[in-house]
Amino acid sequence: MHIPYTTDVRPDTGLTNPKLGIWLFLASEVMLFGSLFSAYALLRSGSTSWPDQSAVLSVPFATLNTVILISSSITMVLAWVAAKAGELRRFRLFMGLTLVLGAAFMVVKAIEYNDKFSHGLLPSTDNFLGLYFTMTGVHAIHVLVGMVVNAYLLWPGSAMFRSDSVRFTNRVEIAGIYWHFVDVVWIFLFPVLYLL
Amino acid sequence: MFLKHFYSTDHKIIGLLYGFTSLFFLLVGFSLVVLIRWQLAYPGEPVPYVGGLLGAANAPGGVILPEFYNQLGAMHGTIMVFLGVVPLAVGAFGNYLIPLQIGAPDMAFPRLNLASYWFYFVGGAIMLGSFLVPGGAANNGWTSYPPLSDLAPGNGQTWWLAGMLCLIFSSLLGALNFITTIVQLRAPGMTWFRLPFFVWAQFVTAFLLLLAFPALQAAALLQGMDRLAGTSFFLPSGLAVSGQPLDVAGGGNALLWQHLFWFLGHPEVYVLILPGMGIVAEVITNNTRKPLWGYRLMVYSLFVLGFLSFVVWAHHMFLTGMGTVISAFFQATTMIISIPSVVILSSLILSLYGGSIRFTTPMLFALAFLPMFGIGGLTGLPLGLATTDIPLHDTNYVVGHFHYLVAPGTIFALFAGIYHWFPRMTGGRMMNDTLGRIHFVGSLICMNVIFLPMFVQGLAGVNRRLWDGGAVYAHAQEVLSLNIPMSMAAFGLAFFQLFFIVNLFLSLRGPRTVTDNPWGATTLEWQTGPVAALRVYRDPYEYSVPGEPTDFLPQNVGPAPRSGPAE
Amino acid sequence: MMEWLGLPPAASAHAAGVDQTMVLVHALMAVLFVGWTIFFTYVLIRFRRTAHRDASYHGLRGRWSTVIEGAVLVAEVALLVFFSVPLWSARVDAFPPEAQSTVVRVVAEQFAWNVHYPGADGRFGRTSLELLGPSNPLGLDRTDPAGRDDITTINQLNLPVNRPVIVHLSSKDMVHSFALPQMRVKQDAIPGIAQPVWFTPTATGRWEIACSQLCGLGHYRMRGFYTIQSPTEYEAWLASEAALIATP
Ligand code: HEM
Ligand SMILES: [Cu+2]
Ligand SMILES: [Cu+2]
Repeated sequence: MHIPYTTDVRPDTGLTNPKLGIWLFLASEVMLFGSLFSAYALLRSGSTSWPDQSAVLSVPFATLNTVILISSSITMVLAWVAAKAGELRRFRLFMGLTLVLGAAFMVVKAIEYNDKFSHGLLPSTDNFLGLYFTMTGVHAIHVLVGMVVNAYLLWPGSAMFRSDSVRFTNRVEIAGIYWHFVDVVWIFLFPVLYLL
Repeated sequence: MFLKHFYSTDHKIIGLLYGFTSLFFLLVGFSLVVLIRWQLAYPGEPVPYVGGLLGAANAPGGVILPEFYNQLGAMHGTIMVFLGVVPLAVGAFGNYLIPLQIGAPDMAFPRLNLASYWFYFVGGAIMLGSFLVPGGAANNGWTSYPPLSDLAPGNGQTWWLAGMLCLIFSSLLGALNFITTIVQLRAPGMTWFRLPFFVWAQFVTAFLLLLAFPALQAAALLQGMDRLAGTSFFLPSGLAVSGQPLDVAGGGNALLWQHLFWFLGHPEVYVLILPGMGIVAEVITNNTRKPLWGYRLMVYSLFVLGFLSFVVWAHHMFLTGMGTVISAFFQATTMIISIPSVVILSSLILSLYGGSIRFTTPMLFALAFLPMFGIGGLTGLPLGLATTDIPLHDTNYVVGHFHYLVAPGTIFALFAGIYHWFPRMTGGRMMNDTLGRIHFVGSLICMNVIFLPMFVQGLAGVNRRLWDGGAVYAHAQEVLSLNIPMSMAAFGLAFFQLFFIVNLFLSLRGPRTVTDNPWGATTLEWQTGPVAALRVYRDPYEYSVPGEPTDFLPQNVGPAPRSGPAE
Repeated sequence: MMEWLGLPPAASAHAAGVDQTMVLVHALMAVLFVGWTIFFTYVLIRFRRTAHRDASYHGLRGRWSTVIEGAVLVAEVALLVFFSVPLWSARVDAFPPEAQSTVVRVVAEQFAWNVHYPGADGRFGRTSLELLGPSNPLGLDRTDPAGRDDITTINQLNLPVNRPVIVHLSSKDMVHSFALPQMRVKQDAIPGIAQPVWFTPTATGRWEIACSQLCGLGHYRMRGFYTIQSPTEYEAWLASEAALIATP
């Protein structure tokens, strides 16, 4: 079954289906993280004893992760540019880098988690740590999903590069939009959980 | 092979899968309430016939225990809302009809569509399976208020949360698919204001699902953490359960859940009714043989409804300790949101005026929807005013109110839809009319006998969710005897559904008796011909256009030669 | 119309306002429903297929439906502005001074209502989680001077008539809801959140406290009693309870 506007733009809306789809998906994601941030605001404003966040968590680790994730967004854009220009090898290089940076983010996160656990700081310790683990955990799942998608595009999915390069480039773009969103969420999480 | 239907990405097949699965769940949800109604009429007496099958842990000697009663209530609500009505109204009708009505070859993302069905299926399986875990299914109401739900022993509540997460994900995938399809895949000439009202209703519904459900997603994650990781998001400090101080960090807020839940919960009730309104609009125009009265106004009303439904949620929480300003805000939005509902309902009724009304079986259900929905909507007024909510809150009045909207309301609309589109979905088979009419009359009477007395009980102060139906309370004594006819009517309702079930299966195997467009309908799903060649020339409901030889002009019939008989 | 609605007998100062609003809303509902039904029935008969073969493309003309919708809105706004909001504001903003009221604490738990009176000194004793026990469901500290004369009861709330009552409501475990149907009082008791309610009983009698929020398997039997007494009866009751504490 041929579905129109999968790769070409519908003139009167100016959109392709996947483009609209991903924006709608992100709208719901905004509501998800928005709800979590609201929960944070409500619990914190109602609490009598909120810990000094930057003393409990490691700001250097989080700064490192922020740098990693922002870099990965840049490499993601470069991968898309390469795909658009039809340069498969350069695409592979940048997509590979994106993947490595994503993995690095997860490793740093794992070290951080481990550090907390070994000091007996668990989700059940207090609501700040509970929120920290929940919100960064949900975010980490999003990173992981993004990595799976990227890995697919890097290797098995790139067969499409030859068969239908327009569609492939669109896919990279969509994956990129998602990846940037995950990045933006982190940029909100970082100050709210580590600095404020 | 039969199994191939389970991984087909054709929207029609997926729609039918949704349809059959959700009808099954409606039956399950209804069976649970039949047990509830037995218990309410004859508290503490063993359930006849099936009592022994309920399990000794739930109903020793066939007598329903309070713990089990609460499971029945919570799961009836959950199953009816999330596994029955929404999947039938949106998953089945939406999937089947939207692409056909807008002239699209399929959904924009066919594989996502199938994934959405499977998430729904898994969510449903988890919910059903939870009855079998030790301690049984969730028993904290469909609203799952903490601390009760946070601290509920056993795993039922955890299963409920897991099931909800699957169902939410399924709905999100479905919603973004619907919106994309409607925006992108309308056939040439199918401008926004030529969309059938049903499509508009589904469009707004999809936005509600997309933007409201994530709040419950977040809430379910937080409650899951409370239950599994020992956090205290919903547990304030200083709790003592059964006389023992609770060993948790505390510092949480029980109301946080209520806010997140109702932020979803209120839009969700519009999700339950808007598709039903859409179906009724289609059936009414077709059977009055005239256009919808006030089509544009109805569409604008849908948008106002959809938008406002995000800012009324706290009218479920007036009695949680609300100041004047906030309560005034939520009362005001609640009163305002009633206006677009009144507009839509009035327009549907006014659409009848001047028609040439055919009382077909689907039309009977669609017509009955109007006053039933009216009762449900009107009884929302005293609940939406904080002052009159004081005596009525959490009484059977509330149960009566929302059931008039969803049971004789939406369920009737869904029946109308099934009878109406059955020939389209089965390639020319009609459902039996006599059986259909018996089903209609029986259901209409029974529904009212079940739910009308709920207002009487509620005004007298009888609370809902009571294992004994309020038998211990003095103020309930005068209205307690109503429970017997109410329950009889519930059993009667079950009996009359047999006519529907038999009719459904007989007709499915029956002969193809009618042509492509048996109702003489204008919308595209009834027109044959290749989708690729479709072009839309006119408004959705061009019935009885003056000077035309037939009393309906399908949307894809061009302005073509006016002179001379077209046939 | 009041009897017709079948509300429980009203026995508090603000009940009349609540009931009046209730009657007005139901009157509005009845008018609308009857109006719709008459029109609906007429149309179904008048425009049935056999009586009206050719449908009219234009249908109903005229704007009077907008007028009706506008009228509904006006009626609703009037109910809101002149009835519901002022009555609500009186409930939650205009608390009477404690000195001129009967002040009690009610602490809900699965599945009972613990009542706590401040006693002759008018001060509530300290309570604490550590002191909770089968014989002390409130965790009241009897060594606290303010707590020595405090009176506690379970599932029995006594109040004097014609004097404002302030109930400081709280919950030890789940969300419960404190409903006094004849007082037109209902307030959720939410753990961790202080919930004051006030009302003025205007008639003597003995009725029931009904838990109105699902709070577990015993929700259906979470019933207490409240007795509105004449001031002298009430004082006598307080004295007899105080005597019980003095002679343990
Ligand atoms: C058609 C026949 C139906 C009957 C006879 C029926 C009956 C009932 C009754 C008696 C209760 C109150 C239980 C109690 O107070 O303990 C109830 C609760 C409820 N029903 Fe239904 N119902 C029906 C259909 C539906 C439908 C179609 C929906 C939703 C779309 C629905 C949603 C609910 C919900 C959400 C609750 C509240 C559950 C809770 O207490 O948490 N019902 N129903
Ligand atoms: Cu209770
Ligand atoms: Cu209760």
